[in-house]
Amino acid sequence: MLDLSTSYLGLKLKNPLVPSSSPLSKHLDTALRLEDAGAAALVMHSLFEEQLHAEAKMADRFLLNSGIGHGEAEGFLPDHGGDKSMLDHYLEHLAKLKSRLSIPVIASLNGVSLSGWVDLGRELQQAGADALELNVYHVAADANFSGESVEARYVSLLSELHGGVNLPIAMKLSPFFSSLPHLIKQLERAGARGVSLFNRFYQPDIDLDSLRMVDCLHLSTPDEALLRIRWIAILHGRTRLTLAASGGVHSHEEAMKLLLAGADVVHLASCLLLHGPGRLGQILADMEKWMSEREYTSVAQLKGSMSQKNLPDPDAVERASYIRVLDSYGPARGVRS
Amino acid sequence: MTSSQTPTIDGNEAAARIAYLCNEVIAIYPITPASSMGEWADEWASRGQPNLWGATPKIIEMQSEAGAAGALHGALSAGALATSFTSSQGLLLMIPNLYKIAGELTPFVLHVASRTVATHALSIFGDHSDVMACRGTGFSLLAAGSVQEAHDFALIAQAASLAGRIPMLHFFDGFRTSHEVAKIVEVERDTVRVMINDEHVAAHRARALSPEHPVLRGTSQNPDVFFQSRERANPYYDAFPGLVQEAFDHFAGLTGRQYKLFDYVGAHDAERVIVLMGSGAETVHETVNHLTARNEKVGVLKVRLYRPFDPAALIAAIPEFTRAIAVLDRCKEPGADGEPLYKDVLGAFANAAADGLRAMPRILGGRYGLASKEFTPGMVKAVFDELAQALPKRQFTLGIHDDLTHLSLPWDESFRTDAARALRHAVFWGLGADGTVSANKNSIKIIGEDTPLNAQGYFVYDSKKSGAVTVSHLRFGEAPIRSAYLVGDNDAGFVACHQTVFTERYDVLKQARPGGVFLLNTAATPETALDSLPENLRREIVDKELAFWVIDAYRVAADAEMGRRINTIMQTCFFAISGILPREQAITAIKKAVEKTYGTKSKRLVELNHRAIDMTLAHLHQVDVAQASSPALGVECRRDACATNDAGQPSQPPAFIRDVTLPLYAGLGDRLPVSAMPADGTWPVGTAKYEKRGIALEIPVWDAALCTQCGKCVFVCPHSAIRARVFPADAAADAPLTFKHVPAKSKDYPVGTQISYQVAPEDCTGCGDCVEACPIHDKSNVSHKALNMAELVANNSPNNSPLRAQERENFSFFLNLPEFDRDAVKHTTIPGSMLLDPLFEFSGACAGCGETPYIRLATQLFGDRMLIANATGCSSIYGGNLPTTPYTTHADGRGPAWSNSLFEDNAEFGLGMRLAADQLMGHAQTLVQELAGDIGGDLAEALVNAEQREETGIRAQRQRVATLLERLEGSTQPRARELATLAEWLIRRSVWIIGGDGWAYDIGYGGLDHVLTLPWDVNILVLDTEVYSNTGGQTSKATPIGAVAKFSAGGKATAKKDLVKLAADYGHVYVASVAYGAKDTQTLRAFIEAESYLGPSLIVAYSPCIAHGYDLQYNGRQQEAAVKSGHWPLIRFDPRLEASAGNPWKLDSAAPTQPIREFMESETRFAMLSRSHPEAAEHFMAEAQSIADRRYQSYLALARQGEPKTGS
Repeated sequence: MLDLSTSYLGLKLKNPLVPSSSPLSKHLDTALRLEDAGAAALVMHSLFEEQLHAEAKMADRFLLNSGIGHGEAEGFLPDHGGDKSMLDHYLEHLAKLKSRLSIPVIASLNGVSLSGWVDLGRELQQAGADALELNVYHVAADANFSGESVEARYVSLLSELHGGVNLPIAMKLSPFFSSLPHLIKQLERAGARGVSLFNRFYQPDIDLDSLRMVDCLHLSTPDEALLRIRWIAILHGRTRLTLAASGGVHSHEEAMKLLLAGADVVHLASCLLLHGPGRLGQILADMEKWMSEREYTSVAQLKGSMSQKNLPDPDAVERASYIRVLDSYGPARGVRS
Repeated sequence: MTSSQTPTIDGNEAAARIAYLCNEVIAIYPITPASSMGEWADEWASRGQPNLWGATPKIIEMQSEAGAAGALHGALSAGALATSFTSSQGLLLMIPNLYKIAGELTPFVLHVASRTVATHALSIFGDHSDVMACRGTGFSLLAAGSVQEAHDFALIAQAASLAGRIPMLHFFDGFRTSHEVAKIVEVERDTVRVMINDEHVAAHRARALSPEHPVLRGTSQNPDVFFQSRERANPYYDAFPGLVQEAFDHFAGLTGRQYKLFDYVGAHDAERVIVLMGSGAETVHETVNHLTARNEKVGVLKVRLYRPFDPAALIAAIPEFTRAIAVLDRCKEPGADGEPLYKDVLGAFANAAADGLRAMPRILGGRYGLASKEFTPGMVKAVFDELAQALPKRQFTLGIHDDLTHLSLPWDESFRTDAARALRHAVFWGLGADGTVSANKNSIKIIGEDTPLNAQGYFVYDSKKSGAVTVSHLRFGEAPIRSAYLVGDNDAGFVACHQTVFTERYDVLKQARPGGVFLLNTAATPETALDSLPENLRREIVDKELAFWVIDAYRVAADAEMGRRINTIMQTCFFAISGILPREQAITAIKKAVEKTYGTKSKRLVELNHRAIDMTLAHLHQVDVAQASSPALGVECRRDACATNDAGQPSQPPAFIRDVTLPLYAGLGDRLPVSAMPADGTWPVGTAKYEKRGIALEIPVWDAALCTQCGKCVFVCPHSAIRARVFPADAAADAPLTFKHVPAKSKDYPVGTQISYQVAPEDCTGCGDCVEACPIHDKSNVSHKALNMAELVANNSPNNSPLRAQERENFSFFLNLPEFDRDAVKHTTIPGSMLLDPLFEFSGACAGCGETPYIRLATQLFGDRMLIANATGCSSIYGGNLPTTPYTTHADGRGPAWSNSLFEDNAEFGLGMRLAADQLMGHAQTLVQELAGDIGGDLAEALVNAEQREETGIRAQRQRVATLLERLEGSTQPRARELATLAEWLIRRSVWIIGGDGWAYDIGYGGLDHVLTLPWDVNILVLDTEVYSNTGGQTSKATPIGAVAKFSAGGKATAKKDLVKLAADYGHVYVASVAYGAKDTQTLRAFIEAESYLGPSLIVAYSPCIAHGYDLQYNGRQQEAAVKSGHWPLIRFDPRLEASAGNPWKLDSAAPTQPIREFMESETRFAMLSRSHPEAAEHFMAEAQSIADRRYQSYLALARQGEPKTGS
């Protein structure tokens, strides 16, 4: 009998497959189907700070203060007071997921500012979240802002949140840090229980007809798993934080590679959006098959077995590997170059 | 007493609270100033708030007041307790059913915020003309005079009506009471429960039509029994005053507030008494208290129950010593020798005198307060003085200066009562959208609900929608406040001006009391603030020794990340320096109020508001007036400037405009005498251009080098504030240095022709639509376009801006450029048509309005021959609300002639214009033929058979008519003279019927539909905002599925009515569905085709509106999204094509390429449903998608009819 169990953020999970923050959690039915397919936990769709702010602005301008000073109309849309905010809906949905799912539910906060997180975190805790994922969407575009201060921002956010809630917190990071292990060490000190590598930003695109910037988010491709494999391999065994690999997992192959590199859990989103929740069961079955064929008995056994620490040639995941990969793009031997 | 027992609310809410509790079915239709009663009921119902019996009343919005009355009649007949709220024309539309409801002895209360009935003009303000029109219906009429009474009487009416089976019309003065915010003692729910007698309710239910015990009601009766049947109801009416008094007494026992059928206040031995009803009685009451304290033998009789009229009770209530009575009516009955109340009082005394019961006093009749005209203690005093005269005026008017028929009484404007002197008054000048009114309502609540003080607030609004001015009048005091009039000159201990620009337009300090406080929001420093003011205000500050405080509230707001919201900041200042409440207590209360308002919506907004409040005091500074520099030469108040106009507009406006229009604009209309008024409501056009409101903070600046001269900016401008003109190069020889012009790119004009795109800086609202619409980007910097917004206001003071001065001069020069030949430009292209002069300009419509570009376009194309019938609504308000009108003329004096009849009859009104034009043309043609010998056969022939579909034909006909008139001149033939008067009708008129969706889809649909079935040549333009815009966003049948609007809080459950399809189904109607922001060329084509079509034409025009809930700067993008998502397909149906092409249908928009969800999520009207009812929102979005798909497919199928089948 294979033991697929793992642990992430202190949560005991029956296997390492965890749907990541995506619209999949928005519908209870889909969430239940994910659980049925074998998901070990669920990261909820993100509560976006910008959306909360935009909602507040919208309410302020068009509901609470829409009067224009005309005697016939004091406002133009009904404000029936009882309208719930996006946060209320999120909390309600979290509570609903918790009441119907038996797997852990991880709430996700996505934002950039330095204030307001603790209150939100407390409310999510109260609504039953098992853990929090903090996704700081910060593009360091200010030339007066050093790399150090960017990192300090992350650390201070985390430590503020950590001080306010009892839940384990994972920090979802972008790959754009000059020294990821150093940052992760700081996060560990500030109270994080895990990191999720890496988030995939919305990227601005240019509409050639209107010459306007438009937001764009494409689904991931398996190639993207490579970046995660490298960093998970480097980090495994060098931090006490649990590691989640996020981005590019479309089949058991990427999942196995990430586990071998040292991931504690593997997040899935694009493949589930493309093929439906049942895909998770398929990947799980394929993983089991792969492990059985190779006579692995547990995930614990293989986890990190190919991390940088455990490799015969540790440089392979750093620069040497880079050169090799480049070589692999050289022409075949028989081709005249 | 806690605030829940003494809420501070307005009259509408006060009445609605009771009406909601006591009823089960509420059928309404919005009308100012009653709309908010229905809206409150809707809001409470949508929250599931129960009525007395634990059920949630059913609220239904109908298609008109006539519909609401019908629904009520049905609900009442079937056993429910039902109510409604209405006013003015709405009440008039209910009259047929009021007769029925009363005739069937049905207990029912109709709550009316009484409002002027439109006569020579519409007015949304208050008087009793609507209620008086209902005297014959059989309804009982009960008048409330204050917010407290509106609350109490709502209940008393309900109880009495149930007891006596006579329906009651409970009324209070529109705006003065309906919109006055006051602290009242709320009737507790248990009291309401006790007042509503279960047995009476059960008896009402027992009378219900029921198949369990059927009866017949609503018979048709013959001469044999009808009369007797009418008399059969007499006992109910005889008993009713007694039952009302019983209800008053019962109520008094429960609440301690005693009312009588006629309440007398004053000296027990009064010799002079005023009789009146409504809010004016409160003002008289206050004045009587003042006078009796000085031993004057005066009194006031407040009429509560006007119908059934109880003369004995009236006479018993008036002291026997009374020798002279003035009866004041708030209405006018032209041609009568007195108004209704006067005649009733006169009759009562005449009978009493005849019976020897009472000596006959002298009884005078006076009219006052029409359309909310001010009624002050000074006027009351004038009436008492008149009553003391040996030969007083038998009939008089109050509050106006009648230099024509000399009926008015003069009054002392400086007269003040003791009560008024004991009150604290405050006046606030705000911009419509800056939150001043809401902040003041909030302050009144704080004072009313957190202190033992009484509080009153009244708000004077603007008739403009962009850059509107609001003036808030607040009073606070220990005694009950009866002052149903505005804060007078020199009364306000506190005056705040929340917008610097007003200091240049208004005498904002006229109400300031000597020694009072003046607070100004200004970017000027405490050191420069005094010098930044116009001379008149500086003088007032010094002369009145005002304490002058300043704050840069916009800076504080920006620093606190509050954007441009200054309401809580200014509110904090008010409490900090007015001393009405201890500062700390006030600040805590403001913060609490913020939490209450924003708590559920956003903690962040609470946080930001708190931050702004905390930052305020550090930025609030007192100006050391004594130390300030000696007054520099400042800017004089623009009230004078606008009259003499320094900027190239006609410096000598016509006398009427100078003497009437401009004083109105300057706020001096109350002073104009009767003789200055047109007798028949006819006013000159072309007057908006004199206003020069200067409300834009930024205006577009043209980059002539980059511009491709496409004309789109002119097309989208809602205020006709950006213009294009072509002219010969030498015309610009004397142009101001900064005037921009370049060679015209079009080959349609002679070489060397110049073109200019010019902005009217003082008429632009700064909406930015033109910049958004501009398709031309700098190749190296996309953010730079051929039009770019530039800051107009420097230092928060418009006159300081060089750009403003420069563009004012340039616009003036532009207007004086020679007019180009209209034949020389292509009307069918956007660049060409946009060179045509607009005859609709500078309206008061909202910044970014999506309606006005359509109207402007029509006037550019056909203005010189347009007759416009305009339904009541936004377009009639920005089109015809005094003091000015945006409709104007060409230099030759020709332009659209405009009129508004009603909300419900606009199609018929326009049809009448068509019939008249055709009939008179026919008559004139007959005369031409008859007189052909005199005027010349060729000319006669040409005049009669002239081809006038196109503009050139019309111009040729005008020439012929001119020739005809010349030839007729001198003719002594009577028929020749007749033809001379009719000759102008030989020129074809283009009849336009314009209105919104409320009119076209709902209240006026019957008429619209009928006109569409007829063959007459009318052009109907429906400005479809998909909601009632003017009255504040109520649902119409044009409201799309899933949109949230008032009365559709859970999202409109059904699809928008397909007016386009309905009209096209007739087959002979030209129909177009257009959205200029999505495809301007299609819009242009549709207008030209519609006008040239000889039968009825209908253009349904997508009109973005503030009620859609997004920044209207992006209205073009949203129109595009509406079309791309299939929400608004573009079609044209031209019956003429039936003969030529075989298929009149043309689908002008491509298959939807964008999910409708994306469109819906981008507008608050849809998006807010995802917050309040997420599952419903999902359902509606899916449904909307399938509706859009189905509609597109059906249009596509229609457009492909007759096409050869492919693939076979």
